[in-house]
Amino acid sequence: MAHVAVTHDVHEAIHHTEELSFWRKYVFSLDHKVIGLQYLITSLVFLFFGFTLMMLMRWQLAYPGQPIPIIGKWLGEMNAPGGIMLPEFYNQLGAMHGTIMVFLGVVPLAVGAFGNYIVPLQIGAPDMAFPKLNMASYWTYLVGGITMLSSFFMPGGAANSGWTSYAPLSVVATTGQTVWLIAMVFLITSSLLGSVNFIVTIVQLRTKGMTFMRMPFFVWAQLVTSFLLLLAFPPLEAAAVMQLMDRLAGTSFFMPSGLVVAGQILDVSGGGSPLLWQHLFWFLAHPEVYVLILPAMGIIAEILANNTRKPLWGYKSLVYAAVFLGFMSFIVWAHHMFLTGMGTVISAFFQTTTMIISIPSVIILTAFFISLWGASIRINTQMLFALSFLPMFGIGGLTGLPLGLAPTDIHLHDTYYVIGHFHYVVAPGTIFALFAGVYHWYPKVTGRKMSETLGKIHFWGSLVCMNGIFMPMFIQGLAGVSRRLYDGGQQYAHAQGVLQWNEFMSIAAWLLALFQLPFIINFFLSLKTGKKVESDNPWEATTLEWATPTPPPHGNFARPVEVYRGPYEYSVPNHPTDFTPQHVPDPVKA
Amino acid sequence: MHIPYTIHARPDTGLFNAKLGVWLFLASEVMLFGALFSSYVLLRIGAPSWPHGFEILNIPLATLNTVVLITSSITMVMAWASLKIHDFARYKRYIGATVGLGFVFLIIKAFEYGAKFSAGIYPSESTFLAIYFTLTGLHGLHVVGGMIVNGYFWGPGSRMWHTEPERFTNRIEVAGLYWHFVDLVWIFLFPVLYLL
Amino acid sequence: MSRSPEEIKKHVRVYVNVFVALMGLTVITVAISYLHLSVVPAVILALIVATIKGSLVASYFMHLINEKKMIFATLILTGIFFAALMSLPLIFHIDKFY
Repeated sequence: MAHVAVTHDVHEAIHHTEELSFWRKYVFSLDHKVIGLQYLITSLVFLFFGFTLMMLMRWQLAYPGQPIPIIGKWLGEMNAPGGIMLPEFYNQLGAMHGTIMVFLGVVPLAVGAFGNYIVPLQIGAPDMAFPKLNMASYWTYLVGGITMLSSFFMPGGAANSGWTSYAPLSVVATTGQTVWLIAMVFLITSSLLGSVNFIVTIVQLRTKGMTFMRMPFFVWAQLVTSFLLLLAFPPLEAAAVMQLMDRLAGTSFFMPSGLVVAGQILDVSGGGSPLLWQHLFWFLAHPEVYVLILPAMGIIAEILANNTRKPLWGYKSLVYAAVFLGFMSFIVWAHHMFLTGMGTVISAFFQTTTMIISIPSVIILTAFFISLWGASIRINTQMLFALSFLPMFGIGGLTGLPLGLAPTDIHLHDTYYVIGHFHYVVAPGTIFALFAGVYHWYPKVTGRKMSETLGKIHFWGSLVCMNGIFMPMFIQGLAGVSRRLYDGGQQYAHAQGVLQWNEFMSIAAWLLALFQLPFIINFFLSLKTGKKVESDNPWEATTLEWATPTPPPHGNFARPVEVYRGPYEYSVPNHPTDFTPQHVPDPVKA
Repeated sequence: MHIPYTIHARPDTGLFNAKLGVWLFLASEVMLFGALFSSYVLLRIGAPSWPHGFEILNIPLATLNTVVLITSSITMVMAWASLKIHDFARYKRYIGATVGLGFVFLIIKAFEYGAKFSAGIYPSESTFLAIYFTLTGLHGLHVVGGMIVNGYFWGPGSRMWHTEPERFTNRIEVAGLYWHFVDLVWIFLFPVLYLL
Repeated sequence: MSRSPEEIKKHVRVYVNVFVALMGLTVITVAISYLHLSVVPAVILALIVATIKGSLVASYFMHLINEKKMIFATLILTGIFFAALMSLPLIFHIDKFY
């Protein structure tokens, strides 16, 4: 009986198109593609805003104590009297840069935008499993984001205790921290709604023939990511609630007894543990690292297979590695805390798990490299970004190893080395992958290709500038320069030998901003002038998103799709074309 | 546009969408309350002294609340069973009772809180009271959430029974899963906070 | 999943039995607390009773006893990470922060 009903369901899914008003179609849309684009635009705006904060900080680091030209006088007397940035404001910028980039920029872009748009298409589903929940997820994210930004207008400014909001500093901080916590509750709720939706969609709405091992690697990456978001975020939500209680109700979850602030013993009941916050924070924030990187790897896998014109090497090991990576990411969190007085037993345990978790990352990267072997590579903008992702992420990953081992971490902890390490993972790593994704899927969304010339300017400029910013950080970090210094290390004798890099890095950062202009121009100009695509499958790809009309209508597929093979059947011998899409049946054998 | 498997189970997973969805949501709830329970244990072990719950809190009232919540759980499951035997009037009575018992729970809770506040006992007093108010407060919010959902299915939402009875029965099953979970959390909260 | 009315009636009897058991266990757990045992046995007993009650609710009211394997897989995964979370006090203990 169930079977009859199922086929009925599928058929109904196809033959329904209804006319909607402007508001229902573009603003309060239930269509996963529109919601994905809403996520895309919003998170790109946040990404550029977060970058702007950093460019201000880079001025202070390069020319400490000098007034910021032009923009300086708009920052307000409270923040930058006479255009000279105050230390308090520098701290706000630092905390908000991290928060915005991670929670409002990269994750919503990787999961909310790309996941939302691509996953249902790649598994042959008409939409997400819960379209209303999907819409709610976006709007909760937007409210959280606006709340987060509004904290700049609080008395005392935005949150200024770092993106990690370590207690007890954050508990005694200004009102901006309360707003930060409330905004985080919204963002956590949003990602919770999103992750439930993704898992149900992937498990339940795969089309006929789309078994788990035929899913594109991108879908696997999103599935693992969703589990991380689902299970790692709630402990931070609990911690945020406890910190709110500490700040608003005067409790002492994170406040030790006898804490002295500004010469006074704080009037709190005490008995709390600042380390508890760190544990709960990193219980989320380490899996969060893989939330940042897994979708990026997924995008890279799609683009590599498509442009090498051969199957992805070791698809199964990639899948198992991603699942294992996700699993292990839950038991490595305390490697962020070697300097908290951790004993040898616990530190040995977390060093071991940290070394173990590097294995699946290496497997994934190796499989990507081997995929290039012997391929006749098609070079276009997205492939350039994908190719540079490999060494960039490689640098980011390998420089992480010394941080995962307590003896070296004791020296490197909280220096610019750490900043360099994780920015290599996230900036020329994840963000390059996300750029690659924009170039790759743009023709599916708009029916036009982006300009290759502008794309290549964007790529080469970004590649050079990214390395110009982050490579010197390793040098400064190894010299022992702390990451949180407002003057970039001027007061410290040990930093004198590496100070000259500050100006270099800052100029690279501003140039990087300049090289984003071709991308922005390309993004909007190509809507009108981009080269029109001749078919629904301009890159001659194999996965299902290219089997839809361009752009895909509400409900996605023109007729029911069935899947006959794995995701990356390129250059199959004796096949007329060098790609065999998943939905094309084998020629009937006589 | 129509999403498959909203009513009937997908053959290979044996589940309809909302059921998997709500279980995933409950999994995240386990981690939410788990973090708080873990913090409770951590703070308690680290404390030089820790009060017994029964010295500060009102055990008879809390026991009564336990009875109320467990009763509301059985009325919830009976509401679902009534729909399964197509007895809509009976469903209405049971789901109404579930919402009503939720109210009773909150009223008793309010009395407890009120008595504490009027005696000058606040969360800032000690770590024990901090975790007590945080855990019970968060649980109370979950009760409120469940009551809103159940209230909707008792009132305007129940119209769906006349158009899509199977889908409505699914909704009640799923709402029930959440409600039982709220009950389950209380089953652990009660001894941990009050009796130990 | 479509169950016949007779089956449902059988289910209802089970629900009522579970309800009675839960009430009985509530009485037991409160009664134990009045014995004022020392901390360790009190914690162990209270958690045993709570776990039995919790499993009754999960197994019968939430129908976990005949649920699909996808749900079990999710819950097992959650259980493992829950255990990791509950190991926090253990970490503090091993490091002798107390």
